[in-house]
Amino acid sequence: MGSMFRTVLRTAAALLPLALHVSSSASAETTLRVVPHADLKNIDPIWTTAYITRNHAYLVWDTLFSLDENFQPQPQMVDGWKTSDDKMEWTFTLREGLKFHDGTPVTSADVITSLERWGKRDGMGQQLFAATETLEAVDDKTFRLKLKSPFGLVLESFAKLSSNVPFIMPKRLAETDPFKQVPEVVGSGPFRFMKEQWVPGSKVVYAKFADYVPRKEPPSNASGGKVAKVDRIEWLYIPDPNTAMNALISGEVDYYENAPADLVPILRQAEGVKVETLDPLGNQGMLRFNHLHPPFDKPELRKAVSYVFDQEQFLQAGVGDPAFWQKCYSYFACNAPVGTDAGAVKQPDMAKAKELMKTGGYDGTPVTILQATDIPVLNAAALVTAQGLREAGFTVDLQAMDWATVTSRRAVKEPPGKGGWNIFFTWTLAADLLTPLATNMSAGCDKAWFGWPCDEKIETWRAAYPRATDDATRKDLVERIQERNYTEVLTHLPIGAWFSPVAYRSNLSGVVKSPVSLYWNIEKK
Amino acid sequence: MFRFILQRIFATIPVMFVVAVFIFLMLRLSPGDPATVIAGDYATPEAIARIRANLGLDEPLPVQFVAWIGNLLTGDLGISIFSNLPVTTLIAQRVEPTVALACTTLILILVVAVPLGTIAAWKANTWIDRTIMIGAVLGFSIPVFVLAYIFIYIFAIRFGWLPVQGYVSPSVDVVKFVRHMVLPTVALSGFLIALIARMTRASVREVLDEDYIRTAHAKGLTERAVLMRHALRNAAVPIVTMIGIAVAILLSGVVVTETVFNIPGLGRLVVDAILKRDYPIIQGLIIVFSFVYILINLIVDIIYTALDPRIRY
Repeated sequence: MGSMFRTVLRTAAALLPLALHVSSSASAETTLRVVPHADLKNIDPIWTTAYITRNHAYLVWDTLFSLDENFQPQPQMVDGWKTSDDKMEWTFTLREGLKFHDGTPVTSADVITSLERWGKRDGMGQQLFAATETLEAVDDKTFRLKLKSPFGLVLESFAKLSSNVPFIMPKRLAETDPFKQVPEVVGSGPFRFMKEQWVPGSKVVYAKFADYVPRKEPPSNASGGKVAKVDRIEWLYIPDPNTAMNALISGEVDYYENAPADLVPILRQAEGVKVETLDPLGNQGMLRFNHLHPPFDKPELRKAVSYVFDQEQFLQAGVGDPAFWQKCYSYFACNAPVGTDAGAVKQPDMAKAKELMKTGGYDGTPVTILQATDIPVLNAAALVTAQGLREAGFTVDLQAMDWATVTSRRAVKEPPGKGGWNIFFTWTLAADLLTPLATNMSAGCDKAWFGWPCDEKIETWRAAYPRATDDATRKDLVERIQERNYTEVLTHLPIGAWFSPVAYRSNLSGVVKSPVSLYWNIEKK
Repeated sequence: MFRFILQRIFATIPVMFVVAVFIFLMLRLSPGDPATVIAGDYATPEAIARIRANLGLDEPLPVQFVAWIGNLLTGDLGISIFSNLPVTTLIAQRVEPTVALACTTLILILVVAVPLGTIAAWKANTWIDRTIMIGAVLGFSIPVFVLAYIFIYIFAIRFGWLPVQGYVSPSVDVVKFVRHMVLPTVALSGFLIALIARMTRASVREVLDEDYIRTAHAKGLTERAVLMRHALRNAAVPIVTMIGIAVAILLSGVVVTETVFNIPGLGRLVVDAILKRDYPIIQGLIIVFSFVYILINLIVDIIYTALDPRIRY
C-alpha cells in the first residue's frame, strides 16, 4: 500500500510540470484576441442598433463613404462621384475590385437595395429617402440619386458612423424585411464572419478576407485603407471586468475594448499593457424628462432640475477618475465642431431652483425615477438625482430595476402611478449626436422620443437642418435648437461626457482612433 | 423496483407541465420586452410593434403557450430571439463545460470531503478534528468569487502556472482541459467540501455511538474495517442526500464560477438570456434544469435502496 502510494506521488510529481506548463503562444501569432464591450447576440446591423453589432458589421461589411478624423465624409467603396450644380442629382461610381465574401462582385443593385433597407430603419436614412425622388442603377458600377427636395447631408448620410450604418450587403440579403434579421453574413469587408465557430455568449471568430482590396489612403477614423494585418480575430466575451483585466495582464488576450475606469490604475502599472482613449468624442449622458405628466409637464419645474446639479456630481459618482470624464453642456457632440454651449446652465443654483419650483406651483407630486441598477453609470446618476431633488424639496420615488425593464417601462405613456415614470437616464455615443436629426433631439409631441416633448420651433429648425446647404446656416440652427432647449423646452438635460479607456498589449501597433471600435490596421508582433 | 422507476418517470410529466406553465407565465408577466431591447434606444413605437409581430409576441398568451408546448413535445425548444439560433444548439454548445465543471467538482468533493468528515468523526474532539472543522468553517465563510480571485492572483498572475480564464474541451486538448479546470474546480468545491465534510462528520459520529459499532470492536475488527464497513455505510444515507443536493447546487450555482473564470457554460447562458429577455432560451433551460433535478432525485432514491436494505419502494 505504502509503495503504491509512493508510486502515485512520483507519477503526479512527474506530470505536474507538464500540467502546469505555460503555453502562452501555442496558437498562431496573427490571431488578435479581443475582449469586446458586449456579447454579439445578433448579426444584422440594420435590424438592431446595438453597438456591438455595428462593430461586428464594420469588420464584415463595407460602406460607400466613411467619416475621417475631422468627421468629414470620405469615399470608401465609392471611387468617384459628381453632383449637379443645384445638388439635386448625384452620380456615384464604385471602386474596381469590390467583391463579396461569396466571390460575387459588388454591383449598383446591391448598393441600392442595401440603402433602401437601411432607409426603412434609420432616422437619417428616412430623412434622405423622404427627400429622394429616385435611386437607380446606371450600370453595374454606377448609380444615381435624384432628390425631389434639397438635402444637404447626402454624403454625411452615406458616411453615417454609428447605428444604423448604411452597410452594403448582397442584394439577396438586403431584400430581407428590415424588421427581420438577415439569414447569413456575407459582406465585402476586410474580414469574413466564421458562423460555424460562433458561440453566442462566448466567442466570435473572423478570418481575413484575402480578396479585399483596401484603399491606398492611410486609415483615419472609419475612412482610408482597411488593411487586415492579422489573419484572424477572435472576440472572447468576458463578462467579468476583473477576469478580463487579468486575462490581458497574463497575455491570454491582446485587447480589452472597454476597460472600466476604476481598473485603469492597475492596468497602467501592468507590464506590457498600454492604456489609452481612442474615442475623441466619448459618450454623453442625459436625464430624460416625461413631459406628459406632473410635475415635469411644467417647463419651470424641468428648468428647476437644471439648476439643482453640478455635472461633476454625476460624473464623479458614475465614472470616477477625472481623466475619463469632462463636463459637457452641449446637446450635440461636445468635442466635434457641432458642439456648443449656447444657452447652457452651467452653475448650480439651489435658490433659483426653489424659486422656479414655487413659480411652477410644485405641489409635492412624487417624482418617479427609473433606476437601472445593472448599468453603473446610470445607477449612479439616478442616486445622485434622487438625493439632489430631495434636497431641493421634491418628493422622490426611486424605483430600482434592470435596464431591460427600463426600456419597456419608459415606453409607457400612462401616469407614474399607473406604470409610467417622470425621469430616466440613458447615454449615447457622442458620434450619434453630430446633427439635430438624432432621434433624442425630437420635440415632435407624440412622435418624439420617450418623454414626448412638444415644441414647434425646435421641430421646424430640425426639419430645416438637412435642407441647409452651408455650414453657417447649420451652425445657427444648432445653436437656436440648444438655446431654446435650455431656456424653454428641456427635452432632456445633458449630464456630462465620459470616455471608455481601451487597454491592449504593447506588442500591438496601428490601433485606429475612432468613436467606434475598428480592428483593421492592427499589427501584432 | 422497475415499477417504482417507471412510476417516478411518469410522475415527472405533470411536474414538468407545472414548471412549463409557471415559467411561461412568470416570464410573460414580468416587465421587460425583447422587442424594445432589439429595436434599440431610438426605435419608433411602430418599429417595436413590427418586431414584436415578427417574433410572434403580439399573439394572445394562450396561443403563444400552445405553440411553445407543441414544439416542446417534439423536442424543439424554439429559436433564440436574439441570435436566431435553435435553443437546442445553444444548449448543446454550453452543456459540456458545465457538465465538465460539475463532474470535476463532484469528484473532488467526494475524494476530499467524505474522508475528511470520516476522519474528523473518528478523531472527534482532537486537534485533527478541530483543524478539519476550522477548515470547514473557512470553506463555508469564503465566497466562491473571493476564493476564485485569490487563486487567479496567486496561480495565474503571480506564478503564471495556470490560465486566468477560458475553457478547452478535452476532445481538443486534454492537458489544456485539465489546466483550465483546476482553478474553477477548486474554487467551486470549497463551500461544498465544507458542507459535506461537516455532514459526514455528524452522521458518522452518530453511528459511532451505536451498539453494533461497539460489538464490531468487541469482535476484534480493525479500526479501518469498523469505519468503512459498519460506520460509513450506515451513515451514508444522509451523506448521499447531501451529495444529491450538492449536484443541484452545482448545476444552478456554477454561474458565479463560470463568470469569474469565463467558462461558456449553461449558467452564463441563462443569466445573459434573462438580462435580454430571450424567452425561448430561459424557458428551454429551466425545463432542462427541472428535468435534471428530477433525475438526480430519482438516482438518489435508487442509491438509498442499495445502501440501506430496509428501504424498499
